[in-house]
Amino acid sequence: MSHISPVLWQFLVKWLTNFQLFPPEASKVAPEMDALYFFMVLISLVGLTVVVLLIVSFSILYNKRRHPVATQIEGSTLLEATWTIIPLGLFLVTFVWGALLYFRIYTPPANAMNIYVVGKQWMWKVEHPGGQHEIDALHVPTGRPVQLTIISQDVFHSFSIPAFRVKREAIPGRYTSVWFEATEPGTYHLFCTQYCGTNHSQMIGEVVAMTPDDFRKWLQGSTSGNSLAQDGERLFASLSCNACHNPSPSSRGPNLVGVYGSHLTLASGQTITVDDAYLRQAILNPSEHITQGYAPIMPTYQGQVSEEGIFALVEYLKHLDSDYRIQQTLNTTVLPANNEGRPAPGASTPNAPGEVKQ
Amino acid sequence: MSDSTAIARGAAAEAAHPHPGEHPPYQRHHFETVGQQFDATNFAMWLFLLTEVMFFGGLFASYLIMRNWYYPAFVEGSHQLNIGWGTANTAVLIISSFTMAMGVWSAEMRKKGMLLLFLSLTWILGMAFLGIKTIEYHEKWVKHHVPGLNWSDSSFLNPASDPEVHKDYPGDKPLAPEMAQKAEMYFFLYFAMTGMHALHMIIGISILTFMIIRARQGAYTTGHVTYVENFGLYWHFVDIIWIFLFPLLYLISRFPNS
Amino acid sequence: MSAATIISLPDQSTARIPKMNFLTKENGLLSWLLTGDHKRIATLYLVSITFFFFIGGALAGLIRLELLTPQNDLMAADTYNKVFSMHGLIMVFFFLVPSVPATIGNFLMPMMVGAKDLALPKINLLSWYLYVIAGIMMIYTMSVGGVDTGWTFTTPLSTHYLNTHVISAGLSVFVAGFSSIFTGLNFIVTIHKMRCPGMTWFRLPLFVWSNYAASILMVLGTPVLAITLVLVVLERTVHIGVFDPAYGGDPLLFQHLFWFYSHPAVYIMILPGFGVISEVISTFSRKRVFGYTAVAFSSVAIAIFGFFVWAHHMFIMGISNYSALVFSLLTMLVAVPSAIKIYNWAFTLYKGSITFETPMLYAIGFMGLFTIGGLTGVFLGATGTDIHLTETYFVVAHFHFVMVGGMLMSFLAGIHFWWPKWTGRMYPEKISQLAALTTFIGFNLTFFPQFILGTLGMPRRYAAYPPEFQVLNVFSTAGATVLGIGYLLPILYLTWSLKYGEIAGDNPWQATGLEWQTQSPPLTENFPEIPIMDHEAYDYEWLERQQRKEVASV
Repeated sequence: MSHISPVLWQFLVKWLTNFQLFPPEASKVAPEMDALYFFMVLISLVGLTVVVLLIVSFSILYNKRRHPVATQIEGSTLLEATWTIIPLGLFLVTFVWGALLYFRIYTPPANAMNIYVVGKQWMWKVEHPGGQHEIDALHVPTGRPVQLTIISQDVFHSFSIPAFRVKREAIPGRYTSVWFEATEPGTYHLFCTQYCGTNHSQMIGEVVAMTPDDFRKWLQGSTSGNSLAQDGERLFASLSCNACHNPSPSSRGPNLVGVYGSHLTLASGQTITVDDAYLRQAILNPSEHITQGYAPIMPTYQGQVSEEGIFALVEYLKHLDSDYRIQQTLNTTVLPANNEGRPAPGASTPNAPGEVKQ
Repeated sequence: MSDSTAIARGAAAEAAHPHPGEHPPYQRHHFETVGQQFDATNFAMWLFLLTEVMFFGGLFASYLIMRNWYYPAFVEGSHQLNIGWGTANTAVLIISSFTMAMGVWSAEMRKKGMLLLFLSLTWILGMAFLGIKTIEYHEKWVKHHVPGLNWSDSSFLNPASDPEVHKDYPGDKPLAPEMAQKAEMYFFLYFAMTGMHALHMIIGISILTFMIIRARQGAYTTGHVTYVENFGLYWHFVDIIWIFLFPLLYLISRFPNS
Repeated sequence: MSAATIISLPDQSTARIPKMNFLTKENGLLSWLLTGDHKRIATLYLVSITFFFFIGGALAGLIRLELLTPQNDLMAADTYNKVFSMHGLIMVFFFLVPSVPATIGNFLMPMMVGAKDLALPKINLLSWYLYVIAGIMMIYTMSVGGVDTGWTFTTPLSTHYLNTHVISAGLSVFVAGFSSIFTGLNFIVTIHKMRCPGMTWFRLPLFVWSNYAASILMVLGTPVLAITLVLVVLERTVHIGVFDPAYGGDPLLFQHLFWFYSHPAVYIMILPGFGVISEVISTFSRKRVFGYTAVAFSSVAIAIFGFFVWAHHMFIMGISNYSALVFSLLTMLVAVPSAIKIYNWAFTLYKGSITFETPMLYAIGFMGLFTIGGLTGVFLGATGTDIHLTETYFVVAHFHFVMVGGMLMSFLAGIHFWWPKWTGRMYPEKISQLAALTTFIGFNLTFFPQFILGTLGMPRRYAAYPPEFQVLNVFSTAGATVLGIGYLLPILYLTWSLKYGEIAGDNPWQATGLEWQTQSPPLTENFPEIPIMDHEAYDYEWLERQQRKEVASV
């Protein structure tokens, strides 16, 4: 054994102890993804074997020494049809299977708890509804669907959790979303997979999946004192939004109680469903999102409110269904309830098709 | 060669030449016949124009999306353009297309004087187009409507501050600040599109200058019209681009009293 | 293997390279720099792309060295970013896109259709000059500090967040794009208008068909890239534009426009390679390509479908779920013609009389690697698995299997196959077979581990990575060393063979293409007189009859 150099030895030991072919399956969708993955590996192996077998056996059988004169063959329609239809069939199966999976991963269930994620060069900022802030880390409970609403404040990033088999681009200027349900408690990699500049490879972190009990403890231990909605309320007041948006009948802006999830008719005659993306647009580009019957007097808040601030405002408006006070989110450490009774907007807005459903 | 028109043209060229066995001087060595040469270069020109369509296509696609998003800003941006100059330029280009077509015809008819006349007219009209464009660009500079370099939102935040335009379009309302900013996007596209078009005009006029010199030496009136004809195709193409640019940029919601 | 070879070399004691050929016709640097001869331009191109290949290759070596260890210890993160960006830019725009069309294609296209030259020789020369200008601009970019956008120029990163030399890199690619447009345009015109008498569309060699398909993509796709880069450069200079959301632009618009070219671009890169493989496989199995029409039309089908799959690069980018569905379906359809080709090539071997010279070894290597490359493309084309695999090393492995395992293998197959025609001399057979084998082994060792890395989730473009990925990265780097040797060998022995190689004669492979029926190296006009095509492509019986006739007349 003394002949093996220590470096090589260490390397071999490392290899043999760490060898993996695929990452841990830690979410509900992971085994489904892997099933499709292995189905495709199987197809690939069969396809490759057929090609290699053909090449090898023909190379041996029709080697010049064994078969000195070639027999000219034009082709065969039957064979052409065979290797058109069989691959096409298999590809179509993977297409349908893949599409089902895709729709599943990008269509959050109505009872998912929402966590907000802002990407920036080069960190991930996570905002929990309870007001817990995290940087380059994400704590989630197991056994609960979790929906991430993601945005970038500068360039493209991509939020990737290999162990959960989910990934979604963080795009500047629009919300995207993805959901997962963690199954195995543990610590997993969080990567930015879209090249985003110098420290792209440092834009990593960890995802900690915890049992619901541990998660509750963690929420208690990490509370910042205010819930995200309370932050939003404070911001709402400090930006003087309530000067116009208030319940008084003479208010200059529409009353925002219960606005989230409702259907609005805009000044342009268009009917939309109010969701996160719409609210963000209405704050930043109000002139294009005037509710019918109101004057276009709202100023833009571009540059005055950060993406986290907008998330806070959105979270505040989501909970604003009775009064301009917040009751149900005062408690910052309780797991948000399963969105009981909240209408889930079915359709999506033209700005962000197919995204952001709560 | 399977293309019958090419053969017809080739035959015509051969017949015109006194010694059918020898190549006319303008036939490149690697072509079998003049017809093949004409056919190939002509086809190449059409293909090149196809790439140009795709090139401008990228700009038109961007324009469509932005116009769709920021329609009010595009309307008021468009009102800032001088429709008189725009129409004049459209007329100039259409006439130049006609003189160019006449130039090709004179080359085919081997009329050197006519060819020179029409090429020169086309050249003058092309320069006139660029002249008018310069006047327009200058006006934009004076009014601070050059995105990125010399820009101010004021004409859109407060249309009344711009009495000349406001007189024609009293219906233009002040835009909200975030929409007024988007007028800069309109002018970015205006300069990108008309600038790219003007660049094509400049290239065209340079080639035209070269062609006028060659035409004086009698290069295109000996039956070798390929060059003139292909250039004509290019010139018409540049015109057609303008025919699309004019309504897209100048004629957005031009209802004076609305 | 050498016992069963088909090389028929002339008797070496009397053999001579023909005195009059395209290489000797005129002398002096100017006769090369002002030439209109497609074969000389092809030679100029060959030298230039080899130069850029080795720059790109050296950068790849640096990437692999950096990734030997998990920390970024060899170079700083921003240096690493510049290195992989320059590697991508140079390899894509200065090697892969012009590789087969501008060199082998330029050399062969007129001969294969039976013409004296390409339709537009001056445009052809212009295309080379544009390539050189673009190359100088890229080297300038590199020498003043490089660019770290990645080869994809993603906005708004490239327009506002980087202070590297994005403008010169963008303009360089813009100019290189026009070089490629002119090559494609020239090919289409040549194929349409310059075919010799009797050369019908279905008598064209498959190399011509596949280059025709690639040319369509070049002519229609490249201008879109050009205008996109103009908009990026403008946006960077005047700080207003259509791509940055901070100014009201749409960053996804950039993605759409960029991939509208850059997805077809991968077919621009691979289709000419398909053509080479068809020629090589047919020649060394002495048999007509199985299902000629199917192979020809599959190239055209790839070109057409290739234009409608670009958004499969954007499945996770927030395009609507339904458009993802459509683009995924179309992606599955574009995979089918590739499968058709592979099986047709395999069946070309059936009942052939096969020998294994170097080009054939490369071609067989190609078939294996391209099959893997193509099938892993299906993993990425299926929307569901794309979510997990995209933007990881799985993608890197996939496109290197297609581009390096596919395109580079076929490029080397082609260079060896037509080397005797080009230079009049044979390359040394034994050592080149060794090189082919080295390349194959090195390639698999380099890129196969990357599939596993990608499945494990290792993201692309990372200067540093979590330590558990190290073992596979070490394998990959070790493989890259072997691969490097595999690529250095040909340049050495091919240069050697220019002077010491055996005289090849007109048709050492006994191949049927028109290019083999003239002297090697060919005359400037290619043929003493314009040939008349009176037989199908790959008609080995015609060739035999022809040779019997010649023997009889002697």
